[in-house]
Amino acid sequence: MNHEQKTPSVSETVISTAGLARNFGHTQAVKGISFSVAEGEVFGFLGPNGAGKTTTISMLCTLLAPSAGEATVAGFDIRSKRTEVRRSIGLVFQDPTLDEYLTAIQNLRFHAYAYGVPKRVRDERIHELLNLMELWDRRNSSVREFSGGMKRRLEIARGLLHHPRILFLDEPTLGLDPQTRHRIWKYVLDLRRRESLTIFLTTHYMDEAENCDRIAIIDEGEIVALDRPELLKNSLGGDVVTIRVENGEGAVAELFARYELSASIEGDGVCFKLPGAEEFLPGLMRSFSCEILGVTIRRPTLDDVFLSLTGHSIRDDRPATGQQLRRYLNTPGMKSQLN
Amino acid sequence: MRQSLRGIWVIAYRELLRFSRERSRLASTLGMPIIFMVVFSEGLKRQIGALAVGVDFVKFMYPGIIAMSVFINAIFSGLSVVWDREIGFLKEVLVSPLNRSGVVLGKALGASVIALFQALVMLALAPLFGVPLSLRIVLELIPIVIVLAFSLAGFGLLIGSRMRSQQGFQVLVQMVVFPLTFLAGVFFPVNNVPRWMEIVSKLNPLTYGVDAIRRIFLVGEISAASRNSGHSIIGVTVFGHTTTTIEDVALVGLLGAALLIGAIFSFNRHT
Repeated sequence: MNHEQKTPSVSETVISTAGLARNFGHTQAVKGISFSVAEGEVFGFLGPNGAGKTTTISMLCTLLAPSAGEATVAGFDIRSKRTEVRRSIGLVFQDPTLDEYLTAIQNLRFHAYAYGVPKRVRDERIHELLNLMELWDRRNSSVREFSGGMKRRLEIARGLLHHPRILFLDEPTLGLDPQTRHRIWKYVLDLRRRESLTIFLTTHYMDEAENCDRIAIIDEGEIVALDRPELLKNSLGGDVVTIRVENGEGAVAELFARYELSASIEGDGVCFKLPGAEEFLPGLMRSFSCEILGVTIRRPTLDDVFLSLTGHSIRDDRPATGQQLRRYLNTPGMKSQLN
Repeated sequence: MRQSLRGIWVIAYRELLRFSRERSRLASTLGMPIIFMVVFSEGLKRQIGALAVGVDFVKFMYPGIIAMSVFINAIFSGLSVVWDREIGFLKEVLVSPLNRSGVVLGKALGASVIALFQALVMLALAPLFGVPLSLRIVLELIPIVIVLAFSLAGFGLLIGSRMRSQQGFQVLVQMVVFPLTFLAGVFFPVNNVPRWMEIVSKLNPLTYGVDAIRRIFLVGEISAASRNSGHSIIGVTVFGHTTTTIEDVALVGLLGAALLIGAIFSFNRHT
């Protein structure tokens, strides 16, 4: 599989990695991945639990030192320029990291102080972000009283408070109901338009990955594909068309003779793949010599892409790396290279 | 440097904000020493006569209780780290540009301010217990409380940087901190106890902290004669030498500085 980049050449690269790897004991969580992200992109890491998504984000955010390889974030080396990296990024973790005893606005002020956001910008920015996230009315409520979706929105607001160049979102909609997920995405896409922000996110939801400009499909610590979602789907050979006809074998022969399509008989239907099936089918139906009794078109999903690349579905359950990571971090005496 | 200073004040600010918003903690911080004072002094006042001329048990125990509450508050700075780790907030701190030494010192500062606040509340209640107050006492108490609180916070943070659960921390407090506090001469003079206890107490750094605070209150009340008897109720007599306030504070302060450095080191390593 070719992982080489088709990075848009017009804009600047804000994240780039080369052979980035991380081991936990004898387990290789991330096995030397290389990719780059251009300024202003929404870049997604798609993969099942335990694929190495959180580990990769932790390394890029300087919370975990890589075992091997190089990476720069916002132009700064993640090993030698940690403080500069930290200053340039906003981060929303998979698990909540708010102080629930404080109010929404107190949490945001703490963040502003910690990042040294100048006073004249601070209050206006807090107002703007809380408005955007529709939390302004609840600014003086304890975070304890917030729902899961509200907490996530508050964390996104907090991650943006110091005008980061890159926003990292680790499973931003995990555990949220579909309606809230949809809203979170609306905010994220809004933000990208308003702030010319680069967004790096991980997800294991296929439909969310569709919102990304480019996605890297990651499985067992390796990037198995990296491209725009529609190109990945097209790489499977296009839409899957099934037509129902009286004479299946005749239809297969005619499809091959006239259109060079290799079709196959599946059940009582004839199945073939081609891109742009909607445009193709009306013509076919007008001139096909067998009578067509029924047609179905199925667009390939990213799940199909994942399945064809890895041989297993993304929904297969395996221990999450987040959990592995947490176990590892909980081991006393662990040597971390944080500063 | 600027980053460290910002870290110290941002973290301390949040500690105090948290403290002020948790009413139960506020109540227990203020309630516990008062309960100790009332129960012990009222309960034992009649059983125990004057410990020295003009010094009854209440006057003796009162500075000990102040010292004890300073210790407990300061140690709990470590619990705050463990708590932050459990609720995830520690990650927000660790991924920020604040540096680790600023975070540790900020926690220590926050705990010290809370400890000082509590000491001052206790001080305000002194007349209720019949303990005479003076401006000198207040002015001497403040710097000594700050040194003791920072030192004990160093201990708490050193433990907190390595502990993963609040329960673990609480167990440690009960197994180590309470016994050390009780053996520090809060309730009885360490110069006049059974030999084994005297040895343990005099090896216990907290003893010198309790003594430093007690001296502020009692130094004027105790005659030179009883001070030199070897069984003085103030000063810690080690190999015939009875410590002075400066020596007490220096000993605790130096140990505290070492613990704080250890805590910073440990925090860098384990988080």
